[in-house]
Amino acid sequence: MEVVTYTNVETFVQHLPEVTAAGVWIKAIIILAIISAVAGFGTYLERKVLAFMQRRLGPMHVGPYGLLQIIADGIKLFTKEDIVPQNANRLIFMVAPVITAATAFIALAAVPVFPDFTIPEWIPVLGGTFVPSIAADLNIGILFVLGMMAAGLYGPLLAGMAQANKWGIIGAARTAVQFLSYEVVTGLSILAPIMLVGSLSFVDFNEAQAGGISHWLIWQQPVAFVLFLIAGFAETNRTPFDLLEHEAEVVSGYATEYSGMRWGMFFIGEYANMITISIIAAIVFLGGYSEEGIGWLTIILKVGFFFFLMLWVRAAWPHVRPDQLMWLCWKVLMPIAVINVVITGIVMMV
Amino acid sequence: MYEMIAFYLFSALTIVLFLITVMSKNVLYAMTSLASGMVLISGFFFILGADFLGVVQLIVYVGAVMALYSFAMMFFDATRDIKEKNTPASLIFLLGGLSALVLVLMFAAPIHSEAIQALYPIHDGAGNAQDVGIVLFTKYLVPFEVAAVMLLVAMIAGIILAGKKMDQSLTKDTSVDAEDEILIQKDAK
Repeated sequence: MEVVTYTNVETFVQHLPEVTAAGVWIKAIIILAIISAVAGFGTYLERKVLAFMQRRLGPMHVGPYGLLQIIADGIKLFTKEDIVPQNANRLIFMVAPVITAATAFIALAAVPVFPDFTIPEWIPVLGGTFVPSIAADLNIGILFVLGMMAAGLYGPLLAGMAQANKWGIIGAARTAVQFLSYEVVTGLSILAPIMLVGSLSFVDFNEAQAGGISHWLIWQQPVAFVLFLIAGFAETNRTPFDLLEHEAEVVSGYATEYSGMRWGMFFIGEYANMITISIIAAIVFLGGYSEEGIGWLTIILKVGFFFFLMLWVRAAWPHVRPDQLMWLCWKVLMPIAVINVVITGIVMMV
Repeated sequence: MYEMIAFYLFSALTIVLFLITVMSKNVLYAMTSLASGMVLISGFFFILGADFLGVVQLIVYVGAVMALYSFAMMFFDATRDIKEKNTPASLIFLLGGLSALVLVLMFAAPIHSEAIQALYPIHDGAGNAQDVGIVLFTKYLVPFEVAAVMLLVAMIAGIILAGKKMDQSLTKDTSVDAEDEILIQKDAK
């Protein structure tokens, strides 16, 4: 058998300091703290952006420009009574929101969030610890993140099935439908860029596009980019694909019976997933983070753009029906994705 | 050390979860423990350093069990217990137990550390995914292709089974009277 040489694996890691267990712990705490806070701030941003697009002002009364509304909402969520309905399956009902929030944060463990840094020496105990930018740098990062986000849909599914409520069970059924529809498109759309780069590691994706805007994969894979964005909207349960909790049809779907912090956990998970999808799209298609120039600000700008795009789409587009989603995913997007993969393969071979 | 703790933790959890899957009378408990057991099995692959297989286990079984859930949703009330019909047949119990024991002995007997040799050891510098790919497309090319054809056959069969009445809408009322009734009611007003 011919021995094949691989150059792009394990090239980047060598010039970095050693990653210790303490560094990973610190990183995990940073991710948890900041992303939870950003998720709270995201709800405020969403209301403001939607309001401006609909010629309203949005939250204005609590604090300057309604900024303290986040704190008011937080207090409300934490202090509300935690209700478990009478005929519900108690254990599963209480576990379901934790699944959504936990998987969203586990997925964030394998994507690069914030730059790496070393804690200065003068700080006691932890001084000199190197904190990596990726908490768990896996060689198969992309697959892991997508798999974890897919596992996150067990949250809505179990919540809907456990609560002994018709709207809930419809929400759960729609979860299964949505999952089985978009999952194929996500995998096939991201397969083409993976073929081009030849790796499943986010670090390799960043390296492959290091040469500036003209090297971004979006110019080579525009079709895959659009497909991935559409599937990403379905994956994060955003309009136009928010069938699971479509207020006009199924009250609140899987979240109908939830209150207080358990309800809040679903939404922390949803916003964390929005950030994860934005990071994946930014790294895989838009060049990722660059070490020179404005540095890490670039990826924050890109992630911010995708976050804004999700709000923009929510303001601009109506919901689709579940059968329209299935039709779209299986009859339109999947064939396009397969053709894209085949064409990419042919171009690479020739 | 960490690996040992992780291994025993995962083993205990997996066995308990699959026991719940078999023993529980509640569909929701059974399905949930099945799904989480499958997810925990991927932990073993990660401990062994087979990241790629671990993630594949995760993705495949998350999707597969999700499809099972949808069947459970259609057939059962998930919040109630199921009335099981267990015929107490000691012969079945004995035979089942014996065959399980024989299977375990068959697969477990050759496993002691000297007997295990990697037939296709990992190449230095190559990632997990690359190594799996190399083995799949050289040594196991034929089984791989046969599996692909089998899945294709299953897919086409599924489409044919489901597709006989595909151009008829299940929700639309196709009878002519439906529209007339509305008109009659309008006239009456």
